[in-house]
Amino acid sequence: MNKVVITVVGKDTVGILARICTYLAGNGINVCDISQTIVQGLFNMMMIVDTAQTEKPFAEIAGALNAIGEEMGLEIRCQKAEIFEKMHRV
Amino acid sequence: MINISEVIETNRMIQNENLDVRTITMGISLLDCASGDVAATCRAVREKLMRYAGSLVKTGEDIACDFGIPIVNKRISVTPISIVGASCCSSPEDFVQIARTLDDAARELGVNFLGGYSAVVSKGMTPADELLIRSIPQALAETERVCSSVNVGSTKTGIDMDAVRLMGEIVKATAERTEERDSIGCAKLVVLCNAPDDNPFMAGAFHGVTEGDVVVNVGVSGPGVVKYALEQIPGADFETLCETIKRTAFKITRVGQLVAQEAARRLGVPFGIIDLSLAPTPAVGDSVAEILREIGLEHPGAPGTTAALALLNDQVKKGGVMASSYVGGLSGAFIPVSEDQGMIDAVNAGALTIEKLEAMTCVCSVGLDMIAVPGDTPAESIAGIIADEAAIGMVNQKTTAVRIIPVAGKTVGDTVAFGGLLGHAPVMAVNRFDSSRFVRRKGRIPAPIHSFKN
Repeated sequence: MNKVVITVVGKDTVGILARICTYLAGNGINVCDISQTIVQGLFNMMMIVDTAQTEKPFAEIAGALNAIGEEMGLEIRCQKAEIFEKMHRV
Repeated sequence: MINISEVIETNRMIQNENLDVRTITMGISLLDCASGDVAATCRAVREKLMRYAGSLVKTGEDIACDFGIPIVNKRISVTPISIVGASCCSSPEDFVQIARTLDDAARELGVNFLGGYSAVVSKGMTPADELLIRSIPQALAETERVCSSVNVGSTKTGIDMDAVRLMGEIVKATAERTEERDSIGCAKLVVLCNAPDDNPFMAGAFHGVTEGDVVVNVGVSGPGVVKYALEQIPGADFETLCETIKRTAFKITRVGQLVAQEAARRLGVPFGIIDLSLAPTPAVGDSVAEILREIGLEHPGAPGTTAALALLNDQVKKGGVMASSYVGGLSGAFIPVSEDQGMIDAVNAGALTIEKLEAMTCVCSVGLDMIAVPGDTPAESIAGIIADEAAIGMVNQKTTAVRIIPVAGKTVGDTVAFGGLLGHAPVMAVNRFDSSRFVRRKGRIPAPIHSFKN
């Protein structure tokens, strides 16, 4: 398993999840978990995905998701999960 | 299990509070490059640097992309060049040739600084040490990325006052050689006491002879993150204050540990240490001074500053030590003036003087750092300042340093601008009374007694 965290921050609109999931499915990336919350009036979504089956390099996936975010007026970031796993506990 | 609030917190630290990894520094031993011929030594140095550090910058960029955390600097430290060049250099110009080789390699590799144009002379200078020291003004004027350091004392050996006196002259000469650029040469020159062998931060980084062939050391940062955490607990008691700093330092350091381990793995090089330092930059919100203000001081320099800094420094270490498998380097809060907007503001407000900064260096790393003083400050006064700082390090068994810039042609009230991470600074007043009879004495100050601590 190659765990990657995708975060989406911005104004909630119709079709965010659909757009992202279409891209992920088209590239063989499996969604493991999704959660969302509102922080200071902004929609925050976190997806944990597994990139083990995709042949695309990480930087390309991150770039493509970032571009989708720009198109939809959202900020979409893509980070390997270790930074979150390591930061908060030993 | 990853939860969304932790993810949001991590990304807030990175995006809003300037959390970054300040430097990945590859330490490379050049001991095996020494030879009897300057040109052959330069060839061997260049070949080894290119071979070992060829993918350093790319690896740093890849890690930054993967984890979404900025890695600001990719740097190299090397064996003190006074040792590497000892068998081939017979003049300061010979040493300058090695400096040029280092500079060219650094530029080609894309690293912004390379440290180790250094001599370790805690007890005495070899002829090669002295030649290297005398070459520093020319070397720093003719290179762009080379950093130089001289260790003039230690708790075990005392202080080599002959080296201190010489460094007073060398700092002045370096300032004069780079007069047209606000004496920037001095921003790349630091005089240390108890210098660590594994420091990843410039200008004092060198790859000590106690180290292996190659190693990766990482310096973390994050003053903005600490400040934000303290803003959430206004007026809290000291227990809460300290626990908050400690918890924040832990998280910052965990990121450094991850990056260090990842860099070591990808480069195929052993992981050395994490340097647990709060390193400010001139950017607003990335300031140690702002933390001190948040703790409750109108400006750094106000009564209570030394105590607040001691508290901050200690909690950063306590939180960081738990978060990393190996800690080393300087590890503490840096209090440079030109590189910290809050410190600059404090100087401009009249709150902060060199004397108060000196007191602050007793409780934090690393010393009088990036302080601009009038260009007509005598070499003996600079040597006196170096001796004072070295004495603090020697007696307190800690690293201290002086990176002072006697800006040629400028005086109190003027401002200097070095650009980039080196920032800008108001020229500060130096005590005008004379110390030349003290400084001109020959020999060394004996090592201090290690008992009867008072």
